[in-house]
Amino acid sequence: MRDIRPIVMPKWGLAMTEGTVLEWQASVGDDVSEGQEILDIETSKIVNSHESPVAGPFRRIVVEQGETVPVGALLGVCAPDSVSDEEVEAYVSEFLDNFDWEAASEDSGPEPEFADTSLGRLRYLRQGDGDGEPVILVHGFGGDCMGWMFNQSALAEEFTTYAIDLPGHGGSEKNVGDGTVSFLAESLAAFTEAVGIDRAHLVGHSLGGAAVAALALLRPGIAASLTLIAPAGFGEEINIEFIDGFIKQKRMRKLRSVLETLVADPALITDDMVEDVNKFKRLEGASEALEALRNGAFADGVQQYLLNRKLGEFDAPMQIIWGRSDRILPVAHGESLAEGAKAIILDEVGHMPHMEKSGEVNEAILSFIR
Amino acid sequence: MPTKSFREAINEGLRQEMERDDSVIIMGEDIAGGMGSPGEDDAWGGPMGVTKGLMPQFGRERVLDTPISESAFIGCAAGAAVTGLRPVAELMFVDFMGVCFDQIFNQAAKFRYMFGGKATTPLVIRTMYGAGFRAASQHSQCLYPLFTHIPGLKVAIPSNPYEAKGLLIQAIRDDDPVVFFEHKVMYDDEADVPDEIYTIPFGEANVSREGDDATVIAFGRMVNLANEAADRLKESGITVTVVDPRTTSPLDKETILETASETGRVVVVDEAHPRCNLATDISALICENCFDDLKAPIKQICGHHAPVPFSPALEDLYIPKVESIEAAVRELVGKGH
Repeated sequence: MRDIRPIVMPKWGLAMTEGTVLEWQASVGDDVSEGQEILDIETSKIVNSHESPVAGPFRRIVVEQGETVPVGALLGVCAPDSVSDEEVEAYVSEFLDNFDWEAASEDSGPEPEFADTSLGRLRYLRQGDGDGEPVILVHGFGGDCMGWMFNQSALAEEFTTYAIDLPGHGGSEKNVGDGTVSFLAESLAAFTEAVGIDRAHLVGHSLGGAAVAALALLRPGIAASLTLIAPAGFGEEINIEFIDGFIKQKRMRKLRSVLETLVADPALITDDMVEDVNKFKRLEGASEALEALRNGAFADGVQQYLLNRKLGEFDAPMQIIWGRSDRILPVAHGESLAEGAKAIILDEVGHMPHMEKSGEVNEAILSFIR
Repeated sequence: MPTKSFREAINEGLRQEMERDDSVIIMGEDIAGGMGSPGEDDAWGGPMGVTKGLMPQFGRERVLDTPISESAFIGCAAGAAVTGLRPVAELMFVDFMGVCFDQIFNQAAKFRYMFGGKATTPLVIRTMYGAGFRAASQHSQCLYPLFTHIPGLKVAIPSNPYEAKGLLIQAIRDDDPVVFFEHKVMYDDEADVPDEIYTIPFGEANVSREGDDATVIAFGRMVNLANEAADRLKESGITVTVVDPRTTSPLDKETILETASETGRVVVVDEAHPRCNLATDISALICENCFDDLKAPIKQICGHHAPVPFSPALEDLYIPKVESIEAAVRELVGKGH
């Protein structure tokens, strides 16, 4: 049916099979724009605002507040005024008739894969099958491929995407060598060789931002573009209390207050996220890996790998995205960039722009690499 | 993260440690099963099927079916540990431990001390505890206080499948004898359990809920009841901290005292008989160290000073309930403002 645009339950991360509609922020009749926060969704792991993937007048709520439905289920409908109410109703009933509720509840989605590289085994999540150059997503200190849960599916609609677990993180081997950014870059180079990628759009967050930038310098020609989100490597300063607290704190209340410095709105940090960090740190070798990175990349409490003087050496376009309220790496690092890089500074955003303002970041990445 | 049962989590922990370290062996009654009987090999995997599949993978050399003689095979396991193996012995019900107290209390627990530190005893004894299985008074006790009492023994009481795997791997790697308690009605409980190897350090409590109004300290299966009570109370605006000490020896006194002081109202939940159990021990610890922070007397919720009844109706009455934890917290919250 023409111009009818569905809003469906998104999939945020591997474990998500269903979500609960907490609150509709849009009302029927509103003119919704793409990227507008349209409803709040709760999963077993996280509560977040879902940004509308479509634009147009909001015509119909299908799933009411408080209801829980599987990933992919129709939540609401946008359609221009030229579409009649009857047509909208017909669309909704056809969707509901054809939706396989049982299969949707059981579908666990894409599974992570492993690449045996010359520097160890790395886990990654591949999504999408675009023809162009693929997108490689690299998380920051203490994260893993799941950190892109609000981004990867959106990028995967147009591109083949690889979200990688850095060495020492997630399901990857826990050996981080000397714990420097250079070692991480070499591991990423080994990954691209193992999976057969010679050119890709590189997207990195925080420590992963420095790592993909270092990869671009290590392997000229490999970067089709660079999107660095609150990246390390642009100044000595780092909130080392965060790094040390992340490693040391175990009790939920204390670790939570450490993790809250990551974001502008502390409500984004759920108990499950705090517990997942603790579970990660208990994996064999994980705590040692974090310590090694602390003592390598951030020895003496300052960043050891600095890109500032190398900015002229990049052979690919670069954009920087930073939250104005970043309490881990100062936004001043991004504002003082040399010419040639595009900088996007987001208000009311902390160190996690790709989670805190996922719609805007996804759009910034897509329009940069298309 | 994949979902696994308590049974699967224990099995996986054993398998991964046996793959990693050739000195890890397991032994116990019918842990492979079928030996000398007309049944097929690996028919059983122990009475609860926990060790099923390990004999075909590791062979009879490392998966030893033993006679029904706890005193013999626990003594044998303690001796094997001193010679350099890392035996994990399964002693079906903790209630049967009495016949081998000398091997455990007086030998295994004291080798390191008596030999001036020249011997270590990396022994794990896995055993089932707890009521609710309709198994009557000789198969339903929570005897972990007895083992906690003995210096030289370590005692772990996992409260869910995730905890079970991490604590078991830690137990196997520990150089001292560890008694590892598995609640017999929890084998089908499920939780997210990583495929990877991980360890949970001994003597580090888990704070599974954070609250301001009361602190509930609970052990083993009771942790799940405490969590449920906390979730129910939250609906009426009462927030509760729940502490799972995980191991009773060593004991994370610091977290217990810290969380008790924070709220000033303490409930201790222990399924064991009420005299000289963990609830009395924890209560004494708190009274001695942070009495001035308490706003109300400590409440203890325990089993009864009676054999666990065989009658299902009476057995159900014996076991602490979510409702009693909830009521105790409500009573305390009414005090000390």
